Amino acid sequence: MKFGIIVFPGSNCDHDAYHVISKQVGQPVDFIWHRDTDLNSYDALIIPGGFSYGDYLRAGALARFSPVMESVKKFAATGRFVLGICNGFQILCEAGLLPGALIRNRDLHFICEHVFVRVETSDTPYTNEMTPGSVLRIPIAHAEGNYVCDDSTLAELTQEDRIVFRYCDQDGNVTDAANPNGSRDNIAGICNPSRNVLGLMPHPERACEELLGSSDGRDIFRSLAATLAAVA
Amino acid sequence: MKAKVFVSLKPGVLDPQGKAIQHSVELLGFTGIADVRQGKYFEIALQDSANEEQARESVARMAREVLSNPIIEDYRVEIEG
Repeated sequence: MKFGIIVFPGSNCDHDAYHVISKQVGQPVDFIWHRDTDLNSYDALIIPGGFSYGDYLRAGALARFSPVMESVKKFAATGRFVLGICNGFQILCEAGLLPGALIRNRDLHFICEHVFVRVETSDTPYTNEMTPGSVLRIPIAHAEGNYVCDDSTLAELTQEDRIVFRYCDQDGNVTDAANPNGSRDNIAGICNPSRNVLGLMPHPERACEELLGSSDGRDIFRSLAATLAAVA
Repeated sequence: MKAKVFVSLKPGVLDPQGKAIQHSVELLGFTGIADVRQGKYFEIALQDSANEEQARESVARMAREVLSNPIIEDYRVEIEG
């Protein structure tokens, strides 16, 4: 199994993701510059966090037009795995690979802190090693993480069990007080209808070692690696 | 020829920046403000040879596909001779 990490001008969590895949998951991984378009040798892609194109225009808006993104769309259409973290989630929404949009946090602040998220479904390649209802402690670091979508999209996400993570308190209660950015329905992460594309605002790659304050994020990468091992 | 594109948040989409601006101007003593919404404004200089109708169409497509995110924003295009 081979991982690729897409690097845009302004990506800054690419090395964190690389570290986790190479050292924690123990699998081969490459950086992929945003001008490259050949993704054939990869089984899973990570679109990392950061400030692609300086967040100019809208977060993720310009990265969507990078040459690699057409290939990412084709890659996703073949059922292979695409994980967008933070700015990666914003890019996936802008590119139309995930529904909705991420707007300015309701209190306007850039928030950088550990939060709790509840695993809402184990029916994804990214959470199949976890129990629904379990609570992960993972950091967020964003100014535009406030997830918005229209009523019909929310109904669809709910009915199709595509809300993968929700912000919660440490006991797993999904409350407004535990919602750091105003996201609709406390949504922290969603997947596409075929469940191979996941976007989430929290940074699991920053929570894979106890030294960093939490290793809860590791389960997401472990689930994905287990899925890949099973299909290989 | 110049194109002007105005991008604004759709009604109902929360605009925390607009709220903060409203709060600030009210603190300065401005009264009678019901609401403030912040948007974006683009000026696009077009080559003189451009045909107005084609320019309008092309700028509208630019606004739809790049300058705005249709999930959360509306846009309006004006062409100046």
